[in-house]
Amino acid sequence: MGRYVIRRLLQMIPVFFGATLLIFLMVNVMGDPIAGLCGDRQCDPATATQLRKEFGLDKPLWQQYVTYMGNVFTGDFGTAFNGQEVTELMASAFPVTIRLTIVAILFEIVIGIALGVVTGLRRGRPVDTGVLLATLVVISVPTFVTGLLLQLLLGVEWGWISPSVSPEAPFDELIVPGLVLASVSLAYVTRLTRTSIAENRRADYVRTAVAKGLPRHRVITRHLLRNSLIPVVTFIGTDIGALMGGAIVTERIFNIHGVGFQLYQGILRQNTQTVVGFVTVLVLVFLVANLLVDLLYAVLDPRIRYA
Amino acid sequence: MPEPMPREPHLSGGGRAPEDGAIAATGMGGTMDLATAEGETLEKTPGGPDGTGPSEKPRSLWSDAWRDLRRNPVFIISALIILFLLFISLWPGVIATQNPLKCDLAKAQEGSQPGHPFGFNGQGCDVYTRTVYGARVSVTVGVCATLGVAILGSVLGGLAGFFGGAGDAVLSRITDIFFAIPVVLGGLVLLSVVTSSTVWPVIGFMVLLGWPQISRIARGSVITTKQNDYVQAARALGASNSRMMLRHITPNAIAPVIVVATIALGTYISLEATLSYLGVGLKPPTVSWGIDISSASQYIRTAPHALLWPAGALAVTVLAFIMLGDAVRDALDPKLR
Amino acid sequence: MRGATHARWAACAVAVALAATACGDDGGGDSGGGDGSGIVSSSWGDPQNPLEPANTNEVQGGKVLDMLFRGLKRYDAKTGKANDMLAEKIETSDSQNFTVTVKSGWKFSNGEAVDAKSFVDAWNYGASLKNNQKNAYFFGYIDGYDKTHPEDGSKQTADTLSGLKVTGPNTFTVKLNQKFSTFPDTLGYAAFSPLPQSFFDDHAGWLSKPVGNGPYTIDSYAKGSVMKMREWVDYPGEDKAQNGGVDLKVYTDNNTAYTDLMAGNLDLVDDVPASQLKNAKSDLGDRYINTPAGIIQTLAFPFYDKAWDKAGMEKVRTGLSRAIDREQITETIFQKTRTPASDWTSPVLGEAGGFKEGLCGDACEYDPDEAKKLIEEGGGLPGGQVKISYNADTGSHKEWVDAVCNSVNNALDNDKACVGNPIGTFADFRNQITQSKMSGPFRAGWQMDYPLIQNFLQPLYYTNASSNDGKWTNAEFDKLVNEANAETDQAKAVDLFQQAEEVLRDDMGAIPLWYQNGSAGYSERVSNVALNQFSVPVYNEIKVS
Repeated sequence: MGRYVIRRLLQMIPVFFGATLLIFLMVNVMGDPIAGLCGDRQCDPATATQLRKEFGLDKPLWQQYVTYMGNVFTGDFGTAFNGQEVTELMASAFPVTIRLTIVAILFEIVIGIALGVVTGLRRGRPVDTGVLLATLVVISVPTFVTGLLLQLLLGVEWGWISPSVSPEAPFDELIVPGLVLASVSLAYVTRLTRTSIAENRRADYVRTAVAKGLPRHRVITRHLLRNSLIPVVTFIGTDIGALMGGAIVTERIFNIHGVGFQLYQGILRQNTQTVVGFVTVLVLVFLVANLLVDLLYAVLDPRIRYA
Repeated sequence: MPEPMPREPHLSGGGRAPEDGAIAATGMGGTMDLATAEGETLEKTPGGPDGTGPSEKPRSLWSDAWRDLRRNPVFIISALIILFLLFISLWPGVIATQNPLKCDLAKAQEGSQPGHPFGFNGQGCDVYTRTVYGARVSVTVGVCATLGVAILGSVLGGLAGFFGGAGDAVLSRITDIFFAIPVVLGGLVLLSVVTSSTVWPVIGFMVLLGWPQISRIARGSVITTKQNDYVQAARALGASNSRMMLRHITPNAIAPVIVVATIALGTYISLEATLSYLGVGLKPPTVSWGIDISSASQYIRTAPHALLWPAGALAVTVLAFIMLGDAVRDALDPKLR
Repeated sequence: MRGATHARWAACAVAVALAATACGDDGGGDSGGGDGSGIVSSSWGDPQNPLEPANTNEVQGGKVLDMLFRGLKRYDAKTGKANDMLAEKIETSDSQNFTVTVKSGWKFSNGEAVDAKSFVDAWNYGASLKNNQKNAYFFGYIDGYDKTHPEDGSKQTADTLSGLKVTGPNTFTVKLNQKFSTFPDTLGYAAFSPLPQSFFDDHAGWLSKPVGNGPYTIDSYAKGSVMKMREWVDYPGEDKAQNGGVDLKVYTDNNTAYTDLMAGNLDLVDDVPASQLKNAKSDLGDRYINTPAGIIQTLAFPFYDKAWDKAGMEKVRTGLSRAIDREQITETIFQKTRTPASDWTSPVLGEAGGFKEGLCGDACEYDPDEAKKLIEEGGGLPGGQVKISYNADTGSHKEWVDAVCNSVNNALDNDKACVGNPIGTFADFRNQITQSKMSGPFRAGWQMDYPLIQNFLQPLYYTNASSNDGKWTNAEFDKLVNEANAETDQAKAVDLFQQAEEVLRDDMGAIPLWYQNGSAGYSERVSNVALNQFSVPVYNEIKVS
């Protein structure tokens, strides 16, 4: 187990370099970012050259990458075009996004799994059909619309929440944005749980447990649910990326200055320093998340062991 | 265990069943079901005349599945919807006689009126006509991207989960890198160089960025499935890898893949619109549900009907495929026989 | 119909939601009563560049500079006239050599006096290549600019402009490299602001908390969330702040800001999102303002592409112009926050300033039949199809480009005659323009730097001018502009500029689409809200009740 974890941690090193190099190349392929800095007019060529030199864009690509990585190891992630340090930007964006992601994942776990268990045990009943319809609505109506309508209803008409999240973004202000962000994933989690439950409730060990006369809730939680969770856990593990880096719409609607928003801005302005910096941190998050998922497999299904 | 075990993750082997370790039963009847006989209208009763008990001559699992499927009303309904969608994708002109690109701004956002049952969108185009014509692109994108992602992802993920070891490690780390690529960045980089105005680059892009997720799901599912007693038994009996994979693992491990893929189908149809919105998706004047949904979102306060119809069409499509997925999954589940 | 019922239900639910707010009262905030100490909260976006006056070329940074600085001239918020602010007088006898006298008694908020040197140092800083100032070209008319800012990228040979000389504590002279009679009127632009010595002594310190000579000072600035501007009590000018200060709150999206305004959490949104324009009137009543601003939208053509430049193409270009139903588009898509354009300037100039309604004449009148005829006469659309390029990442241009294309398609009776061509990022869009890679018309927008007809024509259509994106060139036009610049009599100069504009019209060098308005909404807490001609709120006049 310990050796397995260490091996996995060592594997992070090539992934780290591979991912940063890939993102670095991709942002550079997009072309020259300087033209976008002068508004609807042409940058005067002299200033443009000067700016390119200042951001190191006049050097060959490999040299830019080496310089950048060298700086990263001294903790310097560079500066954005508006003169703000990327580390400063990350320090303000990541805590907010992590809180938002936690809220969203809690929704996925609590509501998604609960609905999945209920619908899995009551296939074809009205509750199952109702949840299916809700799923369809969530998939076909854009997050933008759900977010906006919730904002108007809860924020403006009823005044339950503030339509925009304050810069400090405490947990209680993130409940509605977290729900909106989690909505599509909720559909996945619910249906994954439902299918697993429906499948496993006919499994031999469940029959045996029922035959032994174990109480119903114990059968569900200890035997049925535990063995049904592996696909769900896998899914949530893969979803962390979408939640943390891809919450562009939700963050925009609710005025959350998080990772998704900053990353999107960085990409549109072709700001290599910002994009690579943020993605580097995200890669590390995925690596850890996927390691945790693999370790959870062994917890959920004791037949699986890691050497 | 005698045979070489994959190093990572290492199997304990020994066929220890979770918790109570009951030995496989043939699973006839539903007498011990937890939610016994709670009106499972969507499910067929197992153990019909086509019963495939172990004593009978073994028949192909896949042909059994097909026999089950044909009798399942859920399958029939979903197949009819899908056939209808295919029909209007091929010949939209049969049920919509107007031109989807003919728009009169003076009628923008107007509601239903004679000849225009669904009203007009923000540009004054007929919503009904555009919803019908949008099917072609949206269904093509949704179905092809889903198929591509599901096949590529489940094959790679399934193999990684089955064999484990170095191959699994490499593949898993590659998926880690793919997860890290922001969709917006990938789209702007990979699709902005494409000049083709067909749907294929967009579908290719979705497959490229979508497969890691299915791959993870399939991998996890295979890792659990191969612990099951019947797989261990087959292995002990000396079954070949390919036989185990096809006959034992795939039917039992495919359910989560089907679930994720059918829902993802809807999200790919929306993703097409996101890419178009970013200016890297399908080139104008493409008509698709995704594009119409995303532009109608803007007018949600003044003209919700413009959103309702294309979104409704998307919902029906997703519903059909979810039902289809359910039916296929049931048909493949040996425990139901 | 079941579906229609649903639609109606949804519409009603939303309407109820909004009616409720319209009647609801405003939220908290620092309510200071009517004594002028209340704080206004206003929507904002993070500036894209460091807040140096000569480095700020977008409206968000511009808002701060407008509160923080006062220059030699200041444009009247209503008429756009360039009035003396810190200038005692600006004299010239030949339209090329100017003597500037700065009023005495002005101070920066850190106590330093504002004198001739404050201006000359600031302008030298802005013009010097090594300082990377994006607005450096504003100093391009001053003698010696080619030494401090060599265009070809060669090494700069001077740090200061030879055309600027301090001649006394409060006087300095400006020598231009060409005759430019209306030069003094350009001096209200933020790039010409004075800078205190502390800017040069502790540059990093100044940047983190800029110090100016305007009615507000910066109290605190948390990047990415809020900038708190407070009234400078000892401000020596006439236009003292009527409120206690302004909190500029950064929003990720103007739609969110608008919702916050409706919920009573925000006092002022100075950019009503396009999707809410239709509701703004009913949501806000008379707290919605929609006033002309010095912005014009046009379609430029790639004149470097032979297909668009050959003889006869002026008919095709004019035909396209006549195929666009400006009236309908400005009404439906823009909800009258744009006005159909009939010349290449802006109504904010006023007739005396050079705006001439209808100068474009028939060429801008919608007439589908005539449009079709003209395009056929001119040899048809190049390649049978026009693609209108725009950047997809900002500004929601898709809506109007689609509408323009539908209008053209309807006029030509061909649903593939015109399609939009979105380009992913603004930088990519600009790159394709500057590298002359456009293959069809593309969106062009111009926000005036100063309210002069010269500013609407010369930078955009003069041969090789800095913003002549289509590379249109016409010797007659250039000649008329040169003559107009040398003319000291304003009426005669305007007349010459208008003649130049007619040359532009006859060749249809760019299709004028519409004049853009500034639109804003405000809460019941505040009053006396107006936008100036740059669509920036006149913050110092806002009253908080």
